[in-house]
Amino acid sequence: MKNLINNKENKVIYDVKNLNLWYGSDQALKNLDFTINENEVTAIIGPSGCGKSTFIKTLNRMIEMVPSVKTTGEILYRGTNLFDKSIGVEELRTKVGMVFQKPNPFPKSIFENVVYGAKIHGIRNKNQLMEIAENSLKSAALWDEVKDRLNDNAYGLSGGQQQRLCIARSLAIQPDVLLMDEPTSALDPIATNRIEELVEKLKKDYTIVIVTHSMHQAGRISDKTAFFLSGEVVEFGNTKDIFSNPKDKRTEDYITGRFG
Amino acid sequence: MNNRTKTRLLLDKLAHKAFLLSALFALLILGILIYRMGTQSIGWLNFEFLKNNLSIFPEKSGIYGAIIGSLRLMAVIAPVTIILGVSTAIYLEEYAHKGKLQSFINMNISNLSGVPSVIFGLLGLTVFGRMLNLGSSILAGGLTMSLLVLPIVVVSSQEAIRAVPNYLRDASYAMGASNWTVIRTVVLPSAVPGILTGTILSLSRAIGETAPLVVLGIPTLILKVPTSVMDDFTTLPIQIYYWTLDTVLTPEYANLAAATSIVLIIMLFLMNSFAIYIRNKFQKRY
Repeated sequence: MKNLINNKENKVIYDVKNLNLWYGSDQALKNLDFTINENEVTAIIGPSGCGKSTFIKTLNRMIEMVPSVKTTGEILYRGTNLFDKSIGVEELRTKVGMVFQKPNPFPKSIFENVVYGAKIHGIRNKNQLMEIAENSLKSAALWDEVKDRLNDNAYGLSGGQQQRLCIARSLAIQPDVLLMDEPTSALDPIATNRIEELVEKLKKDYTIVIVTHSMHQAGRISDKTAFFLSGEVVEFGNTKDIFSNPKDKRTEDYITGRFG
Repeated sequence: MNNRTKTRLLLDKLAHKAFLLSALFALLILGILIYRMGTQSIGWLNFEFLKNNLSIFPEKSGIYGAIIGSLRLMAVIAPVTIILGVSTAIYLEEYAHKGKLQSFINMNISNLSGVPSVIFGLLGLTVFGRMLNLGSSILAGGLTMSLLVLPIVVVSSQEAIRAVPNYLRDASYAMGASNWTVIRTVVLPSAVPGILTGTILSLSRAIGETAPLVVLGIPTLILKVPTSVMDDFTTLPIQIYYWTLDTVLTPEYANLAAATSIVLIIMLFLMNSFAIYIRNKFQKRY
């Protein structure tokens, strides 16, 4: 399947090789084999329980929070297997940021939320932190809305603003990749639209992997799409091709809304 | 309205009254207690009583030494239980793998909280009093009391830590935070109010407790106010206990015991109010 994709323009960031994953004795991911390219948006679509979230959480090893998880196979991140013992999860996660399904700001001020990552990685200088906060909030298209109330509690923001704050918080430690696990599922259409515009803008500087329930969202914002079903990748390719000319009957059924 | 509906409404009224009476029962008992202590201590509870030390003359007796003893005892218990209790709770909730060791420790902490206080007194007597040769000093009493309330602090800290939502931990882990960083920057700031509340409540249990100190052999009569943790001491509840024992020979001791009880109850009331204040003030919404 990998060979069908034209990789010439963009560098490979993640090379997933024969990845299997079990929760205890239940296999959740089966023989995944595809690549994720630099400065592209890769959408992971599929019905509930198909392994989308499980997969995206392997990319920063957040899946290891679940005690019974076992994996086989490899995920090469810029050429190194990220399951390798020599890679520290802390190091990996500073390079691979994550935005969650439900906005999860800390019960702190907007400013403290944005600079949290910078602070835990040792940056103490006030001016530097302020600069980081401003740049990150600007990148997350939130600066104009919050610049006058940076010291207010983040819980005073709307859901959509909170989610953009979480994006800003992830961007503040200058990651390489941004993983988004259904980032708009808790948001209204207007807030969703703003996040989608933001994703469009961010892919110039970041590699983005986004799990989404909405095929329309995948169609609008992604370059590549992987269609997951029962832990397998049924089809992977350019989003345009998958949506206009699906090769697999099951993909066609899903994107035309016959199930899922 | 038919008869069956009437009966049902009547039953409802009766139930309402019965439950109200049950609720008032506790209030009534407290009322009697305060009334009894109040009438008995009139004329005895005054500034002199708080300021004076013990004396063989009941009229000149005071509880200054016992108040200082109780406060110093707390000064030993608080740091010991906070450090040991919170550390244990952090280990169990944030580090230990959910498995046999963790549930074994958890089970034993629950068992420990069910052990009668007099048995902790025996433990304190053996380990701190005799083996470590601390005698019946404040240190020995404080360490014994710490063991007694430690399970309460552990369990309430565990609950406070468990109440911190996982999505906050995830946010921190996803930015490359280590376990300890997550605990320090996310878990503890959110859990501290709950931990403090539990600790204050357990301290108020400790200063009201008598049995372990009796077993440790706290002296009946102390004329010297303790100045260091190695000194002998007495506490308010111990004072109440000894005065009550001797009321047959000296009836005035009943008045002294009542006056001391009022002081002790006011202290406990203040501590509990402080705990509630902390809980309300720092209660976070997520």
